[in-house]
Amino acid sequence: MTTTTLTHDEAHHHEAPQGWRRWLFSTNHKDIGTLYLLFALIMLFLGGASAMLIRMELFQPGIQLIDPDLYNNLVTNHALIMIFGGVMPAAAGLANWMIPMMIGAPDMALPRMNNLSFWVLPAAATMLILSFVIPFFPGGGTQINTGWTIYPPLSLQVGMSMDFLIFAIHLLGISSVLASINIIVTLLNMRAPGMTLLKMPMFCWTWLVTAFLLILVIPVLAGGVTMLLFDRHFGTSFFDAAGGGDPVLFQHLFWFFGHPEVYILLLPSIGVLSHVIPTFARKPLFGYKSMVGAMLAVATIGMVVWAHHQYTVGMSLGAVTYFMIGTILISIPVGLMVFNFIATMWRGAMTFETPMLFAVSIVLMFTFGGLSGVMLAVVPADMQYHDSMFVVAHFHYVLMPGAVFGLFAGVFYWLPKWTGHMYDEKLGKIFFWTNVISFNITFFPQHFLGLAGMPRRIVDYNVMFTEFNVISSIGAMVFGLSHLLLLYIVIKTIRGGKKAENRPWEGAKGLEWELESPPAFHTWTTAPQIK
Amino acid sequence: MNDPATETRDKNRRTTLLLSGMVVLMFGFGFALVPLYNLFCQVTGIQSLAQRSAIGQLAPFTDGIDETRWVTVKFDTTVNPNLPWEFSAATHKMRVHPGETYKVNFFARNRSHATVTGQAIPSVAPWQATPYFSKLECFCFNKQTLTGTQQADMPLQFMISTDLPEEINSLTLSYSFMRLKETEKGVRKRDPLPRIAATKND
Repeated sequence: MTTTTLTHDEAHHHEAPQGWRRWLFSTNHKDIGTLYLLFALIMLFLGGASAMLIRMELFQPGIQLIDPDLYNNLVTNHALIMIFGGVMPAAAGLANWMIPMMIGAPDMALPRMNNLSFWVLPAAATMLILSFVIPFFPGGGTQINTGWTIYPPLSLQVGMSMDFLIFAIHLLGISSVLASINIIVTLLNMRAPGMTLLKMPMFCWTWLVTAFLLILVIPVLAGGVTMLLFDRHFGTSFFDAAGGGDPVLFQHLFWFFGHPEVYILLLPSIGVLSHVIPTFARKPLFGYKSMVGAMLAVATIGMVVWAHHQYTVGMSLGAVTYFMIGTILISIPVGLMVFNFIATMWRGAMTFETPMLFAVSIVLMFTFGGLSGVMLAVVPADMQYHDSMFVVAHFHYVLMPGAVFGLFAGVFYWLPKWTGHMYDEKLGKIFFWTNVISFNITFFPQHFLGLAGMPRRIVDYNVMFTEFNVISSIGAMVFGLSHLLLLYIVIKTIRGGKKAENRPWEGAKGLEWELESPPAFHTWTTAPQIK
Repeated sequence: MNDPATETRDKNRRTTLLLSGMVVLMFGFGFALVPLYNLFCQVTGIQSLAQRSAIGQLAPFTDGIDETRWVTVKFDTTVNPNLPWEFSAATHKMRVHPGETYKVNFFARNRSHATVTGQAIPSVAPWQATPYFSKLECFCFNKQTLTGTQQADMPLQFMISTDLPEEINSLTLSYSFMRLKETEKGVRKRDPLPRIAATKND
């Protein structure tokens, strides 16, 4: 009988190890979710510190603090740590915590694989950090000065730290693929009876699509960097022009992964917004089905427009025209999502708690970043903007609000559920305003810098760019330091605070709010019935 | 064995296997992209390395000289790290009339003490100008061998067609000098040499 098996399992789990063994051997989705989130928080500070060093160097023209190679090494590491160490694990942490609770499942479908997919991450992060550190030691070779895109031929010439980076990417990929398989299996097979796919909460939908995207593109990146490794050490010539290879092929492989990757970063946050906005507007999400459809459209078109990152490599006119039209088409379903969010807020009884403040700011700023994306998608315009600071401004405007602020919104929204304590609303609002204002001070001037011709990934710049760089750097210092406040708020909430009710937000809907705050170690051991 | 827990476990196992299969397939797809990419380039006429060696193997243009028009031609040189040579152009930039024949000297020096053979691979930017750039005589038509520390002048004679599209008033001819490893054992499978020879006979 089912019930007896479950009680046996339960009884067994209650003898689960305590102390460090609880975390190392954990198969519990809540514990693993917590681990993911803590890991992402640490990486956020590492990546943030490298970004602050970059901005310190760019405070004035000339070379003051760091030499050009180290500068480019920092740029590379900042991107990789933030994307693979920060945003993706944080989104996976939210998924681990929330998906079983939202669909009424007792745990993830494959708990042991869940443990593996998390514990590969610290190893991968160690490799990644080593790839940054090794050149400083005697015999460590040259620094990784390629940027996160690791284009050959430069990446074929970098010293052994590139090999560490390649293996780090392999490990990070394995971790994400395992987590994705787990999430898809959970979502397809473990839903509570009566919960059809089209009754699934939006956050689950966004993760279902994200996980499929990950499964489709991460292996291609893994193949690409494997070829790079073979070119470096085993005499093949996939990308080495001297042996008949083509460096541009790597760009295609990389961006075949790299473009869907931006939707992988974006979609979980769109999922969070689809819960936060209805909650604080006290209205159901406008156009649930159109939202699902739009997301599927974004993911599908997003898979086949990768070469808009490489307009300048000399593709034929037909090819660039195709990639341009495809890219611009994506703005239609994305626009639909934005309109759905606005329509959800329309005439709602809105209140502006911290998660909602982040949500509203995302709708504004992500749209702004999307519009500069349309500018970049246009081939003749992109020939001017390519590899300029305009591109840097663009992708920070989509990635910070689109991915990171969405995750912040999710953390503030669900923190009372996870910890059983309300966070300090006043501090949350202070964090929001410093964060968002300093973000704009940092990145808005970079549009002007790019349009005036300042290239990205270069340590020095012409004196005519000084003023905007000074503004941007000052903003970046405030922006970076403001995250210490986030750390303080999170620690304070974990340690205590006003007791959170089961449903701390009056407008919140969904199965997760029927559980107590904090939820028991095992929840939904008997599946709820969905009408 | 119809109890729901086992059923879910079986279902999970099936889905997991299916998804793992997808992962393996996509990993293979990454490698399949290598030949697919070459095929795609051939079909759509995007220049591959083999085709590039044919650049300038065009008959001289004989439409007379357009003295009213000036075109700037820039010369760019790269030496692949596998070739221990120095290679540079005597002039980096010149203004020319379409239809007239010009001569430029390039200079190469073997920095090693061994005899080394190399070949220069040309390319023209913007690529739209490629069919209008004719080389009458070029060191890149043949492989070049320099004995240890030998130096040599390498001449190039070229002509630009009067049909060069109006909007192009500046173009760059870029040379990449690569080492040929024909004499060494274990020639790379994808060594450019046979492909270059093949296209030249076309």
